[in-house]
Amino acid sequence: MSSPATTRLASLRGTNNEGVLALILIVLVVIMTFINSDFLSAGTLFAILRSSIVPTVLALGVLIVIISGGIDVSFPAIAIFSAYTTVVLVQGSGVDAGVLVVLAISLALGALLGLVNGGLIARFKLPTLIVTLGTQGIFKGVLLAYVGSRYIADLPLGMRTFSTMSVLTVPDGGENTSLHALVVPVIVLCLVVNALLRNTMFGRGVYAIGNDTEAARRAGFSVMKLQVILYVVAGVLAAFGGVLHVTLTRSANPQDLLGTELDTIAAVVLGGASIFGGRGSVLGTVLGVLLIQVINNSLILMGIPSAWQRTAVGLLLVIGVGVQAISARRASRRVFAHREVVAQA
Amino acid sequence: MSLEDPSATETGVPVLEARNIVKTYGGVAALHGVSLTLTAGHVHALAGENGCGKSTLIKIISGAERPDSGEIVVNGVAHSHMTPKDAIQQGIQVIYQDFSLFPNLTVAENIVLTSAVAQKRKLFSRKQSRPAAQRIVDDLGLSLDLDQEVERLSVADKQLTAICRALINDARVIIMDEPTTALTHSEVQRLFALVGRLRARGVALVFVSHKLEEALQVAQDVTILRNGELIISGPATDFDRRSISRYMTGRDVDESRLVNAPRYDRDPVLQVTDLTLPGAFEKVSFDLHAGEILGVTGLLGSGRSEIAEALFGVLRAESGTTIVDGKATSIRGIRDAIDAGIGYVPEDRLTQGLFLDKSIADNVIASSLERHRRRGLLDSRKVAATITDQFNRLRIKAPNVEAPVRSLSGGNAQRVVLAKWLANGPKILMLNGPTVGVDVGSKEEILAILRAQAAAGMGIIVISDDVPELVAVCNRILVVKQGRISATLTGDHITPEAIQEGMAA
Repeated sequence: MSSPATTRLASLRGTNNEGVLALILIVLVVIMTFINSDFLSAGTLFAILRSSIVPTVLALGVLIVIISGGIDVSFPAIAIFSAYTTVVLVQGSGVDAGVLVVLAISLALGALLGLVNGGLIARFKLPTLIVTLGTQGIFKGVLLAYVGSRYIADLPLGMRTFSTMSVLTVPDGGENTSLHALVVPVIVLCLVVNALLRNTMFGRGVYAIGNDTEAARRAGFSVMKLQVILYVVAGVLAAFGGVLHVTLTRSANPQDLLGTELDTIAAVVLGGASIFGGRGSVLGTVLGVLLIQVINNSLILMGIPSAWQRTAVGLLLVIGVGVQAISARRASRRVFAHREVVAQA
Repeated sequence: MSLEDPSATETGVPVLEARNIVKTYGGVAALHGVSLTLTAGHVHALAGENGCGKSTLIKIISGAERPDSGEIVVNGVAHSHMTPKDAIQQGIQVIYQDFSLFPNLTVAENIVLTSAVAQKRKLFSRKQSRPAAQRIVDDLGLSLDLDQEVERLSVADKQLTAICRALINDARVIIMDEPTTALTHSEVQRLFALVGRLRARGVALVFVSHKLEEALQVAQDVTILRNGELIISGPATDFDRRSISRYMTGRDVDESRLVNAPRYDRDPVLQVTDLTLPGAFEKVSFDLHAGEILGVTGLLGSGRSEIAEALFGVLRAESGTTIVDGKATSIRGIRDAIDAGIGYVPEDRLTQGLFLDKSIADNVIASSLERHRRRGLLDSRKVAATITDQFNRLRIKAPNVEAPVRSLSGGNAQRVVLAKWLANGPKILMLNGPTVGVDVGSKEEILAILRAQAAAGMGIIVISDDVPELVAVCNRILVVKQGRISATLTGDHITPEAIQEGMAA
């Protein structure tokens, strides 16, 4: 039996090493502050939060898929497909659509594309990586061939309105610096997804199928239904991320976002989600996203070429997965040791 | 229905009846007209050899499979088939051999989750789930850490979690598939005490078990299936170990002692002197002769498996000498052991000894590729000859040698492991728990194969705690206690009583 002190320490560490991740994040910030005294400022903080808006939303979708034991590489394609198509549709209609119309169209598109993924995966029991790799290509191709390949700079009203809105302005070294308003819906969304995963049977079902699909079936979960729904939810989240991206960049470019899979998946895995399924949390994912943004930001501040950013993130992903594999092996050894003690008793 | 009220289900009345169940898979009948009646407060032992239809019957009762015809009557209501949700709602719970728990969720969540699904709940609350789980655990007088993740529990605690989960759904029928296979002796006794408490609550239990003594110890009713047919059903008092074996196999199973005469006149094939690995075993010395079957027994954790693993190079002994066929041999790795002519069939045959998704043929040949080589390439004709020879000699029951090993029953999978090692033509073959999880008929055949190999001149070491098995085949038995050989039994001194005394003393 562990003593109360170690139990308290363990709970601080979090079930998915969230505590460890937070500690790494703090250490990194401290180091960066030593290197560059300008680092710890409202400006940097707001910049990192702003740059985390889209990755966080995309990561939430990936988190749900990874917890269910799958992997999704089609989310950037879904994101940009939904957002860009919405812009094209709204412009074609000649009506300057507001935020609700923009969201309704784009999220419906995301849900539809997610349904394609979920349908293929659940109905034909296909490997998730291959299916989403394939649909990624299809979505991308259809977007460029049929919807458009043009860069669009004038956005619908619903996107324009929020492009430069801020919620908080503070003085920072003589100038004023602002926090982007879109941070607010992202925080709300994190809370919603957290509740969805922890406090609904759908969420528990996602963890259950990620743990052991057969056991989930025996427990009475409808595995096929769950899979379809979770890919639809992931598609909707991706589409929302796409809309936020277009809003923030104030332009719609069909080539955007593609290639951000690495950053997003790395953030989710670093955030403690197990690539073997059944494990992961919103808090960990948010910390993972922030960690990657801070690292990218720090490398820029230190004047390191951007090619090294990819290397750094790739390295982090491999380390994250390696830590998981090693701790899983340790855990199984612990059970074995425990059994031997029982046997000798 | 409240769990605190044991009279909620009266004991002695039938709670579930399966009537004339027929099920065929692709034209092959798995069950023809099998019936089963479960009574409240009784333990019903369901016995039969591998492939007799036990699992199919359980799957039909639990809704995992649909019967072709027949009906399932639960509390007087007849159903043509069940679905998993129906079954759970009707209070039917299956505890599978793998427990079907969610390893990354806590004990409390595991206990509560299925009932939440059955109630078609949309929301889930950790706070509410904990007291509900706590009530069950307290009620059964168990000590389980509810906040622990299931993957960190021992096998016995996982099983207890699965039982609690069954009870929170107000289970009136609990079907346990091979509940004792992975448990130690004391854990089995604790389980049986718990089964007594469940009976007092009026729960009807089904024990699916290979272990005949255990089944008889705990059951009130016995039903035996063979080849998809109901052979006999009746009160447990009408059966004994011998009659159950006969009903299961359709013949008298010979468990009597039958041993060859080893070649004691020649030099031993294996001489082990003062083999020591601190913490595992100390100063282990013994000889093994050609044609001899040597038993190594002891309690779990006594060091019996470690000795074999050291001889096979899985572990490295710190000191001591090993002489194989008159030659001093240092075994530093598995390669050295195989080169010296030593084969080892590990304890957990399914995970350690086989490539489950590969064919029988690939598995048989997997560890003897060296012997089937000609000018650097595999000699396909020789490979085919070895595979066919082993397949036929060991009478592996499968459509052909291309069938994946995963599709085989336990006894047949064990034969594939044997074939794999025999294909290598070892001088010494060590087997760890060779018949764990194997039914009586297959067990007898596996023991016959061992006798035949010994008669052909092989030296065989059987590591086991299955007393009847040791008595049946061993020329000599070493009893290991806390890493040391505490007794050596030979000839007429090999009796079940002597072995049990040696292990416990």
